[in-house]
Amino acid sequence: MLQDSTPRPTVADLFFGFLTLGLTAFGGALPLARREIVERRKWLDADAFTDLLGLCQFLPGGNVINLSVAIGMRFRGVPGALAGLLGLLVGPSLIVIGLGVIYQRTHQDPRIAHLFAGLAAAAAGLLIAMAVKILWPLRKKPEAAVIACVMFAAIALLRTPLLPSMLVLTPISVLIAWKVRR
Amino acid sequence: MKDDLFSLAGIFSQLSLLAFGGGNTILPEMQRQVVQVHHWMTKADFSALFALAQAAPGPNMMVVTLIGWHVAGWPGVLITSIAKFGPSSLVTIAALHAWERFKDRPWRRYVQLGLAPITVGLVAASALLIAEASDRTWVLVGVTGIVALLSYRTKLHPLWLLAGGALIGLTGFGQ
Repeated sequence: MLQDSTPRPTVADLFFGFLTLGLTAFGGALPLARREIVERRKWLDADAFTDLLGLCQFLPGGNVINLSVAIGMRFRGVPGALAGLLGLLVGPSLIVIGLGVIYQRTHQDPRIAHLFAGLAAAAAGLLIAMAVKILWPLRKKPEAAVIACVMFAAIALLRTPLLPSMLVLTPISVLIAWKVRR
Repeated sequence: MKDDLFSLAGIFSQLSLLAFGGGNTILPEMQRQVVQVHHWMTKADFSALFALAQAAPGPNMMVVTLIGWHVAGWPGVLITSIAKFGPSSLVTIAALHAWERFKDRPWRRYVQLGLAPITVGLVAASALLIAEASDRTWVLVGVTGIVALLSYRTKLHPLWLLAGGALIGLTGFGQ
């Protein structure tokens, strides 16, 4: 699985590798993660990357965040996992806090408030596009579409808390998937 | 302050373990907790912070850090980050060795198939709630609609779309 031709990354390599990734990934870090990890740094070959990404998508948490932990862990154990995770998060955290401070100091100014209103409306548009993209394939799976609609209604319309909603609907959904796709 | 830190730790460690399908699935619960339950900010503020995090580099969970900062400053950032990223990371570490054994098992496929529509429902709920909180005027509704259409139909980078929305907002037109 590991590439023998390249030396395995040190803890510092992992930290700085994911630091670069965190600071340069705008609008979704996954495509860039693949390019950095597989093509540029050659830490994993394409198959190993896809395999590890499969795990990270299966588990709770952000894909790339889980990936930083999994890759760090695989090469350097717990210190490596910590280095990957911290590297990925420290840059964006500081930037986002900086932006937050600017927002807090300026959002009383009507022009800034208008700017943020436009920004938030655009961010909502991006979310809608993403929702439509992942909704579209469900048109061929009526049973899955029903589950998606029930979850949507519970969370968006009834404002049911997430934990009980998931505890009830996930087993039902898995059971249906097992019955239908078996 | 101390109570807020405990609340942040509780909310985000739970969300950490429920975020199947990535960060956008937990936005509705985050908004419910932060706005409705704890009254830390208005839902318009929540949308603004979410948008701010989308415009910054990095993984798309950074709104979490911003909420921690907004509620309790640096201690808030620390507690929120540990709560949000710690539990899911521990699960990843624990699952790493087992993955070889369970990735080809049938149950793994059914669990994944079963989780997919849950994720879809949650992302759709996020989209509606964020849009509802953001679109206070018809011009803003228009911005959301145009950005959604462009993002769906073209390969324009999301940063351009965010910048476009911010610029239209800045003119103050229709607000």
